[in-house]
Amino acid sequence: MKAHLTRRYMFSASHRLHSEAMSSAENRDIYGKCNNPYGHGHNYVLEVTVSGSVDEHTGMVCDLMDLDGFVEREVLSRYDRENLNMLPEFASHVPTTENLCVEIFQILQQGFHFAHLERVRIGETMMNSFEYSGGAEIRK
Amino acid sequence: MVYLTRKAEFSASHFYHNPDFTPEENRRIFGKCNNPNGHGHNYTLEVTVKGEIDPRSGFVVDLKQLKEVMTREVLDAMDHRFLNKEVPEFARKIPTTENIAIAIWQRLASKLERAQLHRVRVYETPDLFVDFYGET
Repeated sequence: MKAHLTRRYMFSASHRLHSEAMSSAENRDIYGKCNNPYGHGHNYVLEVTVSGSVDEHTGMVCDLMDLDGFVEREVLSRYDRENLNMLPEFASHVPTTENLCVEIFQILQQGFHFAHLERVRIGETMMNSFEYSGGAEIRK
Repeated sequence: MVYLTRKAEFSASHFYHNPDFTPEENRRIFGKCNNPNGHGHNYTLEVTVKGEIDPRSGFVVDLKQLKEVMTREVLDAMDHRFLNKEVPEFARKIPTTENIAIAIWQRLASKLERAQLHRVRVYETPDLFVDFYGET
């Protein structure tokens, strides 16, 4: 029997949406308040969905301690209480929550092997959230 | 195709233990959840059904019937119960959230009249939920 398991985590970080490829006026026009040069912060809500067969002996898709340990070590400790713009992955990518979803998905896909990664969803505020399930749907 | 989700809540206790494991293995794998006296959760159940809209009623499913089936098959059996001891599915299976979602699917799937069961989602806490789509 295949089941999907979703675990929710929280972290707080700041960012500024600004692209070097655009003029100051374009940046202000496209990113609005998010282009404020001093940045601003969010309490992000991260949901990680993994899937797999329910283990006959444990009744589990994967051991939550493995998932929590990985996310704590590789994701939360990297992003919590940080300014996202200062991190190397956002040196040339704007730290939109779309791009943050892709980064976190890739960290999990490369390092977490106890269950199949289905989806990463990030709520930036109560009013908006973003999902990434892999694939190459990024516009150049 | 339209999808409709109905939510319900139930409170139950459980513990995780596999008699095939040694006491040490049980403690290591299941941690605090291995306490034989059990512990409890307020579970939130979301049942999603799918179907075409009936042109006469405008409904995908008779909500009254869905509510009755959920109450009879799930809440009456699991609400304010010790899952390991009082729900037959968990006499042998460990009542993890994964197995609870599967058991609820199996209890509901054949009892729905018009609509087809699409997903059973069980929240153990606001930070952890399991989805089961009937996949083998």
